[in-house]
Amino acid sequence: MASYSTNEFRGGLKVLLDGDPCIIVENEIVKPGKGQAFNRVKLRNLMTNRVWDRTFKSGESLEAADVMDHDMEYLYTDGEFWHFMLTDGSFEQYAADAKAVGDTIKWLKEQDVYTVTLYNGAPLTVTPPNFVELEVVETDPGMKGDTAQGGSKPATLSTGAVVSVPLFITIGEVLKVDTRSGEYMNRVKS
Amino acid sequence: MRNQPDWQPTATRAALKSRAQQSAFVRGFFAQRDVLEVETPILGRCGVTEPNLDGIFAQLDAQGIKGGWLQTSPEYHMKRLLAAGSDSIYQISKVFRNGERGSRHNPEFSMLEWYRTSFSDKALMEEVADLVCGWLQCPRPQVISYREAMITWAGIDPFVVSTKDLHQRCREWLEPEQLEDLSRDGCLDLLMSFAVEPSLGTETPVFINQYPASQASLARISSVDGFDVAHRFELYIDGIELCNGYWELTHPDEQRARFEADNRLRIANGKPEMEIDEAFLAAIEHGLPDCAGVALGLDRLLMLKVGTRNIADVLAFPLERA
Repeated sequence: MASYSTNEFRGGLKVLLDGDPCIIVENEIVKPGKGQAFNRVKLRNLMTNRVWDRTFKSGESLEAADVMDHDMEYLYTDGEFWHFMLTDGSFEQYAADAKAVGDTIKWLKEQDVYTVTLYNGAPLTVTPPNFVELEVVETDPGMKGDTAQGGSKPATLSTGAVVSVPLFITIGEVLKVDTRSGEYMNRVKS
Repeated sequence: MRNQPDWQPTATRAALKSRAQQSAFVRGFFAQRDVLEVETPILGRCGVTEPNLDGIFAQLDAQGIKGGWLQTSPEYHMKRLLAAGSDSIYQISKVFRNGERGSRHNPEFSMLEWYRTSFSDKALMEEVADLVCGWLQCPRPQVISYREAMITWAGIDPFVVSTKDLHQRCREWLEPEQLEDLSRDGCLDLLMSFAVEPSLGTETPVFINQYPASQASLARISSVDGFDVAHRFELYIDGIELCNGYWELTHPDEQRARFEADNRLRIANGKPEMEIDEAFLAAIEHGLPDCAGVALGLDRLLMLKVGTRNIADVLAFPLERA
């Protein structure tokens, strides 16, 4: 595998540090005029999501991590693994465990496309699209005439996610939800 | 839709205006003191041997002259002018340092460099203070020796600390295996950058002087309290390193020996050996007048003037948009 020297460090670069795949968040050069240069680097450990602050001597290098993002369609779960398929026509399938799926589990809808990050060929994380469209399966009855202002109630979506929605939303409606904040955006005409 | 490149400047019009005013202030300052403004090559035939500075190689090809270097500082050319009898000179020029890019670095930046004949480092520090404090309207700097600063903020005495204790102190930032091939000066640079520098000049500006002889570069050396120290100074304001000055070395043999030592260090660090600038050495051989010189980062001075921590705010187009 290739390696990157401190001169090549930049946000988004995926490297191996202490055996774990990490993504570089920030790289700052610290250098007295004529002295030895150092790089102060912020990295997010992709296994634990922890952010590390590390110092490197300029010229040091880190091995590149074999980490790649792929678009994959969610197929089904067998209870232990969640199965995804590449959308590039290869029909290649990957099984993600609960750790890889993480919080994304509440946004998983069959046939929707997710970003699956592979590390050494195995799913490391599953990231939902920024917006998903899901059907309401449970919520208190809607209140007629209350279309604009005030008030909210919880609604359970087909994937199990619970979001806060306006009072006029009824069971069976399809909602657009922002997966980053978990916020209701609008109703989708079906 | 096609992705539009970032074509707009990163500096505001006010910052651009402040830069123009800064240049005018500097020129006025030196005109009043009868220091001559000069221009020397930005594209030179030689680079520098400095172990921690890398110029940018240019694919020059002009009637038999092939290859050149974008200069890391106008120092050698200016010293050739001094040797030729220019008397005190200054220059505002673009200089280049490969690999240096961040919130305080751009690989191409503006430097103010000046030389004062028959000045000592002490006299030049006064003049630096006049210029900087005159422009920034800040209190005059206090002077703290390198040794005192290290003892105060890093908790080690740089002249006597054992390698073991020095490494122990550096463990706050580096792993043992990273320290294995880091020189003593490299360790001191680490402590200077991470433990000392952030505290420097936060109240009033601070001059650091009396650097260890091993960090003398082109400065004279003398003995203080039994330790060899360099007649070298740096000015810090708000934790930002602003300038680097020397009471200049005038001895040609010593100069050549330091270049050769630099190259040995470069080779040891896996860097290419640099051709020694013989024209420069010939000028020193001819005779450099007794002088002190200083290089000051104008972009950083402007950062302090407009109150920003990011160099992009004072550059029309930093490298990513250049």
